[in-house]
Amino acid sequence: MATEKSGAEILIEALTDLGVEVVFGYPGGAVLPIYDALFKQKRIRHILVRQEGGAAHAAEGYARSTGKPGVVLVTSGPGATNAVTGITDALMDSIPMVVITGQVATHLIGSDAFQEADTIGITRHCTKHNYLVKDPAKLGDVVHEAFHIATSGRPGPVLIDLPKDVQVATASYRKPGPGAHKSYQPQVKAETSAIETAIDMIAAAKRPVLYTGGGVINAGPNASQVLRELARITGAPVTSTLMGLGAFPASSPQWLGMLGMHGTYEANYAMNQADLIVCLGARFDDRVTGRLDAFAPNSKKIHIDIDRSSINKVVRVDLGIVADVGRAMEDLVKLWKSRAYPPAKLDGWFKQIDEWRAKKSLSYPASKKEIMPQHAIARLWAATHAKKPIISTEVGQHQMWAAQHFHFENPNKWLTSGGLGTMGYGLPAAIGAQVGNPNALVIDIAGDASILMNIQEMGTATQYRLPVKVFILNNEWMGMVRQWQELTYASRYSESYSDSLPDFVKLAESFGWKGIRIQDPADLDAGIAEMLAYDGPVMVDCCVAKVANCFPMIPSGASHIDMILDSDQVSGEMNDEAKALV
Amino acid sequence: MHIKEGEKERHTLSVTVDNEAGVLARIAGMFTARGYNIESLTVADITEDEAISRITIVTTGTPEVIDQIHAQLGRLVNVHRVTDLTELGPHVERELALVKVKGTGEHRIEALRLAEVYRAHVVDATISSFIFEVTGTTEKIDKFLELMREIGLVEVARTGVAAMARGKEAA
Repeated sequence: MATEKSGAEILIEALTDLGVEVVFGYPGGAVLPIYDALFKQKRIRHILVRQEGGAAHAAEGYARSTGKPGVVLVTSGPGATNAVTGITDALMDSIPMVVITGQVATHLIGSDAFQEADTIGITRHCTKHNYLVKDPAKLGDVVHEAFHIATSGRPGPVLIDLPKDVQVATASYRKPGPGAHKSYQPQVKAETSAIETAIDMIAAAKRPVLYTGGGVINAGPNASQVLRELARITGAPVTSTLMGLGAFPASSPQWLGMLGMHGTYEANYAMNQADLIVCLGARFDDRVTGRLDAFAPNSKKIHIDIDRSSINKVVRVDLGIVADVGRAMEDLVKLWKSRAYPPAKLDGWFKQIDEWRAKKSLSYPASKKEIMPQHAIARLWAATHAKKPIISTEVGQHQMWAAQHFHFENPNKWLTSGGLGTMGYGLPAAIGAQVGNPNALVIDIAGDASILMNIQEMGTATQYRLPVKVFILNNEWMGMVRQWQELTYASRYSESYSDSLPDFVKLAESFGWKGIRIQDPADLDAGIAEMLAYDGPVMVDCCVAKVANCFPMIPSGASHIDMILDSDQVSGEMNDEAKALV
Repeated sequence: MHIKEGEKERHTLSVTVDNEAGVLARIAGMFTARGYNIESLTVADITEDEAISRITIVTTGTPEVIDQIHAQLGRLVNVHRVTDLTELGPHVERELALVKVKGTGEHRIEALRLAEVYRAHVVDATISSFIFEVTGTTEKIDKFLELMREIGLVEVARTGVAAMARGKEAA
């Protein structure tokens, strides 16, 4: 019989056994026993955030950039509810995360005790799974199972709610051996017949497109390599969702750019005109498809996804394959090679694509007077891409411009809130990424409105000497809201002006950061160089053109080929159907 | 603008789950969160060690929605197995209802006569009322209630549908 340990000690030991190196958290009454156990050990590092929402996003940034699960530790009640946005964000973007929340003692549950919230009830639908542990003897197994569920299949957040008395009560802990879960068994290997059918379809296609998503990133760095091989041998052009950027190198001649609402002309036209779409770990999100009845109307569709419910959810496909996308692509590559197909004759298809590329849909008007936001990102890319930076973003115009103008070559370098679209994600995510990658250059490309949503996390970067860079494209507006109001609501700018902004330079200095302001296009490169030269956290207030719009854009309720390339093509007011679609 | 809806089908799903706190909330919550219908839902543990429960759900939706419901149920961690009995083919569906009927004289005799036709048993009686226990398909119970309404229906308690595939195999 092993000596008994407290629930808190069992938790720490299980986390250690699982290889957890860092926990993002914030203490409070209902987790004091866990914090005391953390105090007495040296193996797990704790990063003290400034608000629990920051802990969840930091864990996301850590997970997305390292491939390891992010771990969050917060107290009951407000600690848990503050983390909910980040947990939901992780669910939508399939980020592996384990959240440990304190809970009031078991005999107080349901009594409206101080800092009590029904965390299990609140998070039931924003977690992949959650547990209320009432017995310390079961805690070890639950922690191990939680990590298994968070990191396997379609990854996602798993929450463990731990009442305070269970943290104190004692039991024995033994590291569980390997064993199959009784009901949770994700299918990772594709059926051979489905792979054969897929290869037949790819070989027969005249106008194929590989449409890739965040699933390729989640399938691990090897999946990105296999994608490159699949693209090479089939010769097919590749587009990606927002979440999938970096899985395929933007420098490849087969790269079409991102697709969807703010995707390139060539990517969206290729999707529309394709005769075969191979969807690899993407989910036909409404921001990708545009109007559904006009989405890729003449194509056959193959969908490979580890989540059975993603298949046929939005778009009916001809061949659905439930599998880990990396494993399935390996099978595709193997079978394609064994059949020794001659090189695909896609010259005509690429000739057509080149005509679409000639539209130069990402071009923007140059200006000597004001800094164009797209230009700022282009210069940031030019100055940093050799350093292989990790880029995070907030949500809005700057996010789309970053996706369009920062050309990613490798996976795990792009951290953005895609599904939930959470403003305030970028700074804590950058902090989490910097913790996981101490030697990397980590830049949060931000907007003036978004950055304020988790601005308190500047203190976290200061405390741990994390040299993150925040590059604010400051146009004094909630830019994307303003853009939609301009294009959809006849420029009735209802509450979208960022009044009373702080002086970001002074704000930076007050947190012990360096602050830099760039106002003149002529100073842009020097400002970026100054940011990069500083060995510590920097906030850059880059004052950009105030009312620039993000194009191309597929307006609400429109199809891929109805995309608009500049403001002149848009009328000021849209009909109710379009307004309702968002 | 107006909201459009597609053709709906009625499906009976049989779902085996861990008999744990919160499982029902997970399933019911998934239906409400995704806007699916629940026509009826029954749940009880079915194994000797009380570890597994069977949940029988009657739902309606377009074929696409039914397929999604199946898939969404399947991805819940506590769910062992989801069987669409309607899709599978021949199966038996039963529900039980307790039906309280008030009446005297002719009404009382008519109620008893109809109960016999529907093989409903009297499980409680007073001078002026009966409680009938009736078992059968949803349609049969609906029909029985319709008749009792004319006689003097007071209240009804229904169990919801329990269902099982025909044949010797477990579905």
